[in-house]
Amino acid sequence: MNNPELSRMANEVRKGIITAVHGAKAGHPGGSLSAADIFTFLYFEEMNIDPADPKKADRDRFVLSKGHTAPGLYSALAHRGYFPVEDLPTLRHLGSYLQGHPCMQEVPGVDMSSGSLGQGISAAVGMALGARMSGADFRVYTLLGDGEIEEGQVWEAAMFAGHRKLDNLVVIVDNNGLQIDGKVENVCSPYPIGEKFKAFNFHVIEIDGNDMQQIREAFAQARSTKGMPTAIVAHTVKGKGVSFMEGQVGWHGKAPNDEEYKIAMADLERIGEALCQK
Amino acid sequence: MSEVKKIATREAYGEALAELGESYPNLVVLDADLASATKTGVFQKKFPDRHVDCGIAEANMMGIAAGLSLTGKIPVASTFAMFAAGRAYEQVRNSIGYPHLNVKIGATHAGITVGEDGATHQCNEDIALMRTIPGMVVINPSDAVEAKACVKAALDWEGPVYMRFGRAGVPVINDREDYRFEIGKGILLREGSDVTIVATGIMVAASLEAAKRLAEEGISAEVINIHTIKPLDAELIAASAKKTGKVVTAEEHSVIGGLGGAVCEALAERMPVPVCRIGIEDVFGESGSASALLAKYGLDADGVYRKVKAFLG
Repeated sequence: MNNPELSRMANEVRKGIITAVHGAKAGHPGGSLSAADIFTFLYFEEMNIDPADPKKADRDRFVLSKGHTAPGLYSALAHRGYFPVEDLPTLRHLGSYLQGHPCMQEVPGVDMSSGSLGQGISAAVGMALGARMSGADFRVYTLLGDGEIEEGQVWEAAMFAGHRKLDNLVVIVDNNGLQIDGKVENVCSPYPIGEKFKAFNFHVIEIDGNDMQQIREAFAQARSTKGMPTAIVAHTVKGKGVSFMEGQVGWHGKAPNDEEYKIAMADLERIGEALCQK
Repeated sequence: MSEVKKIATREAYGEALAELGESYPNLVVLDADLASATKTGVFQKKFPDRHVDCGIAEANMMGIAAGLSLTGKIPVASTFAMFAAGRAYEQVRNSIGYPHLNVKIGATHAGITVGEDGATHQCNEDIALMRTIPGMVVINPSDAVEAKACVKAALDWEGPVYMRFGRAGVPVINDREDYRFEIGKGILLREGSDVTIVATGIMVAASLEAAKRLAEEGISAEVINIHTIKPLDAELIAASAKKTGKVVTAEEHSVIGGLGGAVCEALAERMPVPVCRIGIEDVFGESGSASALLAKYGLDADGVYRKVKAFLG
């Protein structure tokens, strides 16, 4: 897909996020929307995957370490053809396979269960190590929140990945600047993020994580980086695409009511129409 | 029993890994800077490319094990019980237990026989913690023979397994032709009619010795080795309880939530009989030699003998 096509798809993924969270009457729209462009690029362009064969052995792997943004992952997977888009509103409902946080045994395309912050990155590192030990050439991607990297386990994993020079691993930090209790720099600042990963022997790329061309270039650069893992620090806008959610910490973990849902979908419709004219 | 050969179960664990490495090419052993103490160093020497030292970072080690299992490896994550079940509890629960991954945990230095290191390193809570995780198998072998057998059984088992090993030497009691290890199947070691002693780990040998002394006084004690605390062989325990009418549990672990807890849960529903739990009585341990600590906390043969006598009145 070219960049305009990917941006249009990302907008569809955002609609799916709003629909899912509205249907659930709960969930995490803010960090799902901020990462929608990254989810879209990974599943529609970057990763070697096959929705018809979600477990194929040589597939690239993705671990959503910031598992609470499951609506973003589910929407991307549904739009990619892993399961029906119509199922998204069953998110978090009793009996639905779309659990509040990703469950690999329930959801086709989910490579690892996650949700308890700081743990996904370790599993991703283990997958990258497993590929290396087996001589397999698949790549492993993991997405973390900028609040999540306050967890110490993240840095245990980073230390190990840097030490083992796992160049088949890409760690993406969704740096939307907000966590539940407020701005990350006010709660317990993780900054400077890029310098930290550099110190842990990562190749670091800083990008606008809502810009498809910059996302494309970053993943290309990660692919050509040898001898060290890559960390992409993606500067994003929390709630991206929905007027009243953008940059608002209150929309970290809250569902829109019926009226807000209409406004949000209208926002995304307008964005979609504008993208079509490009 | 001073002439009986004593081997630490952690020694057998390390040897078993090294012996099985050849026939299990997907076996990968992880450690957290304790390979010489957990005895995985024996495996490391033989299979350096399949030994992963994660450094002093047990939480990350459990996650790496989870990830490795998702690439077809059979990871065995090894560290002291305190750090495997204690520090990394939530990683084991959420990254290994919840997705039901094929990860084995080899936890050494369990219980108070850690000895001189003292309370911070004496994990008396790991059986309780691990058996609450859905789908987790919990094994506490009684000697070196059983320890080796349980490692192989764990590798053949699909799903997470927690294996508990000790630092101190324990008498070899299972070195016989007809010994068979099966996950979830208790072993009736001695038949009796007055009381049933359900023991696990190093307390099996102590219980057998106590049973001999009790026999000299005309008390007939049945001794059951429960090497697998989960899934528990409730059928065997209930049948014995029905026969003797009184049950004593013996473990080198807190009396809360471990074997004693599991047996009480099973008997309460199947065969309610009076139960006496022998174990660490809801206290922290302390520094001392393993044998001195076992004596002080009533976890040697004499301690079992006295507790059973008092229980029977």
